[in-house]
Amino acid sequence: MSTPSDEILIARIAKGDRLAMAALFARYRTPIFRFVLRIVRNETDAEDVNSDVFVDVWRQAATFEGRSAVSTWMFSIARFKALNQLRRKPVDILDEEKAETIVEDADDPEVALAKKDKAAALRQCLTKLTVDHREIINLVYYQHKSVEEAAQIIGIPEATVKTRMFYARKKLSELLKERGIDRGWP
Amino acid sequence: MNATDEPSEIEFLLPWYAAGTLGEREARQVEAALARDPELASRYEWVREELAQEMAINEATPSPAERDVQTVFARIDALPRRAAASPNRQNRIAEFFAGFAPRTLAWSAAAAALIIAVQAGVLADLMIKQSAGSYSTASAPASDHGDGAYVLMRFAPDATSTEIANFLSANKLSIVDGPAAGQVYRVRVTLTKLDPAELTRIVKTLQGDKVVGFVAAVQ
Repeated sequence: MSTPSDEILIARIAKGDRLAMAALFARYRTPIFRFVLRIVRNETDAEDVNSDVFVDVWRQAATFEGRSAVSTWMFSIARFKALNQLRRKPVDILDEEKAETIVEDADDPEVALAKKDKAAALRQCLTKLTVDHREIINLVYYQHKSVEEAAQIIGIPEATVKTRMFYARKKLSELLKERGIDRGWP
Repeated sequence: MNATDEPSEIEFLLPWYAAGTLGEREARQVEAALARDPELASRYEWVREELAQEMAINEATPSPAERDVQTVFARIDALPRRAAASPNRQNRIAEFFAGFAPRTLAWSAAAAALIIAVQAGVLADLMIKQSAGSYSTASAPASDHGDGAYVLMRFAPDATSTEIANFLSANKLSIVDGPAAGQVYRVRVTLTKLDPAELTRIVKTLQGDKVVGFVAAVQ
């Protein structure tokens, strides 16, 4: 049994086909939710945003022009809504300074163990990045978005995507170094 | 690369190379650079580790709660109707639940299909028994979708026939229809309508049973 492409599903959704909507929802509910969750860092908020995204897809399907992949379009919507959610709850934003403070203060047994465990330390540092850096890391490493797709989703030039990813990784290096793991660059 | 060096174009591309999302030409350039530069190859190992740990973080993240399904479609139902005709409600529900199997389901497709087939056979048998009066709550015809309180239910793939029968009996439940796509059954909870809050409470209780894969109230 062949699986309809995203583009076919969107065309059917544009005509009011709820089965197509159900299929697209089943296909993307988890990736979109996880992308949003990495930005808003609150499951309830992420579920709310996820719901908003798919309702918007239903409403705007007829306006989809195919200038990008359907998934790219959906991730753009998700990103916009997730960032709006963050703006509504500024207290939840963990900026770089706060993240650094947490790293420095978090000298508990878990951190002590993490210092000995490269993988665990890396996971912890990945969660301490800024929103911009968490976002690009997630798009590239987990959502497997190309440079072009990431640029379309975030709305920045491709060159900026590459440098943002590089600086996200540079920040990771710094955070790891604070935990006693020096990977030697940059 | 030391602290004063500007990163090379290849250095920028390493994450996409690791993720397999580079074009063929750029991928070949990265491969060639990795082959001739041991330091770059060493840094690439870190990129691979970053990718692995970002994957691990996400895979450890819970999936969205299944109630999001109802939320999204309730909101869509509240919107003005589109001009095009939409499929009937029963088909919508059946098709809708078809895509619900968790991506990380450990069963192989073949094993899962076999289990579902066996389970469907068992449940069909239970429906026949119920309609014949084997269960005290099944006094009404099995196809009766009139008054009463109903839930949509999918059983856990590994639930045995005995467990399902015991679960239905213990909770005085009757399967009245199904399976729809996604192995979802319509199950009667009571012969009379229930207050929504009471039905929600019952759904929460049923959801806690290991026999149940998914359950939602039918309003």
